[in-house]
Amino acid sequence: MFELVSTRHNPMIDPGLHVWGYEIPLYLFLGGFVAGIMVLFGVALFRGREAQRFSVYSDLPLVGLVCLSLGMLALFLDLEHKLHVWRLYVTFEPWSPMSWGAWILLLVYPVLLAGVLLSPPAPALWFVPGLEKLSSRWKADRSKVRWLGVASVASGIALGIYTGILLSSLGARPLWSSALLGPLFLVSGLSAGAAFAHLTAKDPKESEGLARADNAFLIAELALIALFLIGLMSAGEAQAQAAGLLLGGPFTAAFWTLVVGVGIVTPLVIQTLVLTHRIVHTRVAPLLVLLGGLALRFVVVYAGQYSHWPRG
Amino acid sequence: MARLGMVIDTRKCVGCMDCVVACKTENSVPEGFNRDWITQKLTGSFPTLSLEIRSERCNHCDNPPCVSCCPTGASHVHDYGAVVLVDDKECIGCKACLASCPYDARFIHPGGYADKCTFCIHRVEKGLDPACVSVCPTRCMHFGDLDDPQSEVSRLLTSRRNHSLLPEAGTHPRIFYLT
Repeated sequence: MFELVSTRHNPMIDPGLHVWGYEIPLYLFLGGFVAGIMVLFGVALFRGREAQRFSVYSDLPLVGLVCLSLGMLALFLDLEHKLHVWRLYVTFEPWSPMSWGAWILLLVYPVLLAGVLLSPPAPALWFVPGLEKLSSRWKADRSKVRWLGVASVASGIALGIYTGILLSSLGARPLWSSALLGPLFLVSGLSAGAAFAHLTAKDPKESEGLARADNAFLIAELALIALFLIGLMSAGEAQAQAAGLLLGGPFTAAFWTLVVGVGIVTPLVIQTLVLTHRIVHTRVAPLLVLLGGLALRFVVVYAGQYSHWPRG
Repeated sequence: MARLGMVIDTRKCVGCMDCVVACKTENSVPEGFNRDWITQKLTGSFPTLSLEIRSERCNHCDNPPCVSCCPTGASHVHDYGAVVLVDDKECIGCKACLASCPYDARFIHPGGYADKCTFCIHRVEKGLDPACVSVCPTRCMHFGDLDDPQSEVSRLLTSRRNHSLLPEAGTHPRIFYLT
């Protein structure tokens, strides 16, 4: 017999920890999504794709800027002491991934803004006519464009990995005790970024290339999920119990249907059939990928909070 | 620097919750929240059952994950006795420290900041014991410097069998339970 009775019933803590609601998974998804967009945009700068007319790549920085702002809004809404948010930027705590994240987010903004200035949207040109001149002068200088590409890829990777490391640094939650969360969230972000670009691409060749890239990201994501679960199962008792939440426990259905089934396997099959010309092109697959990426953050954040060290 | 810690004799603790009431009164802990609490662990099989009653709170760990994850430095190790504290004016309420604590010892104060046991640092700095220790009717709680081999807590730890909570979490807690 083993029975543990506690008189504690603190809100958000008991009976199971639930300190983060919808805001943090949404923020992590948007952060990863923007990371994916930045890496794709950076690569496109190297390949000169952004300069092509009607290219989806030229719109990506603006989408990234909006989504990152929405993500930061979600993060702000989660804070319990909102008026003190500025305190994040009067210190740097080297051992705190959240502190790193706060500063990375600040570095990401100028890179995205530079990307927007490279191909300014039409309404911006009406208000600031000088932008077109600046943009074309900048585009003509290939070395500057390439440097922007390097900055975009580097800050995108840092942002994507950070969203996973943020959780995996919290060792009290065994489900998050895996260094693979960083790469998993990065690849999921790349996949979401490619899916969004695929969804909005007008050029069929671009669509095909993005579907191909997305398939590669989805396969990598499946492999990382497998490694993540194997790693937890073969670690200590606490981690194995945490993995059990996704392998028979209360989060199993959501994980295997929404994240793996709907978000990875189904779009992978659809996009493979499209790429081999067995079915006509459809935008369902990238939509499912985006849904799956969001579901991954929700399941990992919620199940991770639920996981704990065996109490004794 | 002293390394303050607590030793609690589970053979004397009766779970009367005087420590809980003293803490709430001394520190004006809001209604519905607890900085300390009682846990009863029942193990074995009838008729050889074993009951351990423990007064629990923040373990003021030597390796506090709540301090390292704090993005603003609000969670910190105090100069006096290496007590783990939260500066409510610096806390943004991100709740990373709540998620990082394997003992779930923290909560969000209705004022929006992370809150927890302070070892009654305001009393300790004056040479007094924490409120919970001072009111215990069975004298099961002991408080002192773990680095001083002559202190009561050090002597109890060398003379009695004891355990801490979740040592496998690697936090090196500074509250010990005599069994």
